[in-house]
Amino acid sequence: MKEQRYLTVTALTKYIKRKFDADPHLQDVLVKGEISNFKQHSSGHMYFTLKDEKARILAVMFSGSARSMKFSPENGMKVLITGSITLYEQSGQYQIYVKSMQPDGIGDLYLAYEQLKEKLEKEGLFSTAHKKILPKYPKTIGVITSPTGAAVRDIITTIKRRYPIAHILILPALVQGDNAKHSVVKAIEKANEMAEIDTLIVGRGGGSIEELWAFNEEIVARAIYASKIPIISAVGHETDFTIADFVADMRAPTPTGAAEMAVPHIDELMERVLTRQTRLLRVMKERIQFDRQRLNRIEKSYAFRYPRRVYEQKMEQVDKTTERLIRGAEKVFLGKKETFTNLHRRIERNSPNELLKQALLQHERLAKQMNRAMTGIFSEKQKDFRQMIVTLEALSPLKIMDRGYSLVYNEEDKLVKSIEQISTDDPIKVRMSDGSLLCKVVEVQGEENK
Amino acid sequence: MADKVSFEEAMKKLEDIVERLEEGDVPLEEAISIYRQGMELSKLCHDKLKDVEEQLTQILTEDGKKEDFSIQEEE
Repeated sequence: MKEQRYLTVTALTKYIKRKFDADPHLQDVLVKGEISNFKQHSSGHMYFTLKDEKARILAVMFSGSARSMKFSPENGMKVLITGSITLYEQSGQYQIYVKSMQPDGIGDLYLAYEQLKEKLEKEGLFSTAHKKILPKYPKTIGVITSPTGAAVRDIITTIKRRYPIAHILILPALVQGDNAKHSVVKAIEKANEMAEIDTLIVGRGGGSIEELWAFNEEIVARAIYASKIPIISAVGHETDFTIADFVADMRAPTPTGAAEMAVPHIDELMERVLTRQTRLLRVMKERIQFDRQRLNRIEKSYAFRYPRRVYEQKMEQVDKTTERLIRGAEKVFLGKKETFTNLHRRIERNSPNELLKQALLQHERLAKQMNRAMTGIFSEKQKDFRQMIVTLEALSPLKIMDRGYSLVYNEEDKLVKSIEQISTDDPIKVRMSDGSLLCKVVEVQGEENK
Repeated sequence: MADKVSFEEAMKKLEDIVERLEEGDVPLEEAISIYRQGMELSKLCHDKLKDVEEQLTQILTEDGKKEDFSIQEEE
């Protein structure tokens, strides 16, 4: 044998790996088994062995696939797996790469639950805006559950203990089995036809997911959503939520819890009544005390202590007002009287007698005025005249002659002003201030002779 | 007459009265009158709670009738 015919381990392993990878059946495997040697790496990858009584296979689930899982795998858990088979070359071991994994036994139900939950959530059936408020003091509580069993007993005893004045009406329903959903829906509808029911508890005791399944049914969810009466869901399983829990207005972990939510405790109510009564008493006491103090204050006031003063003051006020009234009236009267007198006077003044008298008076006055004016004018003129005489006297030739001047007249008694008018031997008359001289001209001398 | 008032109504009225009085601007005569009313309501609520007439538990039968119900032990 030649050496070339020997394969390396790597080559052989690669060859085998190709065989695995090429087989379509091995690329899409559905396998179920039990988990053992479960380890989750800090990276999120999961490593475990899947086994049954006779065989085992290594399994790897990478974090990417593991993240979308709805449960946490544990050792001993039976699971359903989809994945592909491949060979891990370093160890020469074949293993399954897990794409998805779900707990065995509930597989379809689990899926259905998730799908329905998602659908209803999208539709808004879980919206808090739609949740109804439970009545504070319910009168009739409808209980939809099996009439036998722990749930109904727990609900009844709890309500009776806390709030015995509430009326309980059991609406019997099947709570497990295929007909349970229809039975529960019918009971919810029936309850909504009964006017007296103001609170509904819908539920049952704990059980496996199959037993509780009716509460994960769509028609039940829709019936709860459609109910006009507020519903408390009480499906006895503390950890898992049913669809009914999401839709219900309140969710109680147990039937007992639901009963506690449904009714107040009578002792608390008693306490509340007493508190109100105390407040009522206190507020009234305070009120009366306050009013009494006010009254005391008022009684101590001036008006109460000296009532006469109030009265006297009023009297004074009356007097003063009366006085003002009289004064006012007088003023009005006097005013009118004065107006009358004035008018009367005007009429008198305008009578013919009066007018005549006035005219005479005026005439007299005018005459006097005229006389006075005439006398005035006369004396004025006299004064002027005297003045003129004085002036005249000053201008008189006689006055000038007094100062030594003489006037010469010719024969015809004409004033001689020039030598031209005179010839030698002409007779002339020289008038002096105190008389005249009759003279004869001896010689006429001209000015040039001087 | 007062007995026809439900506990809830009585509590509500009582609460309203207390609040009105605590606000303090109620005329005295009215205050006294509603105080009396309040005390009556308080007594009524108290009595309703104290002298509890235990209500019967009933069950709705198939044919829509109500029958008295008593708890059966689980079989």
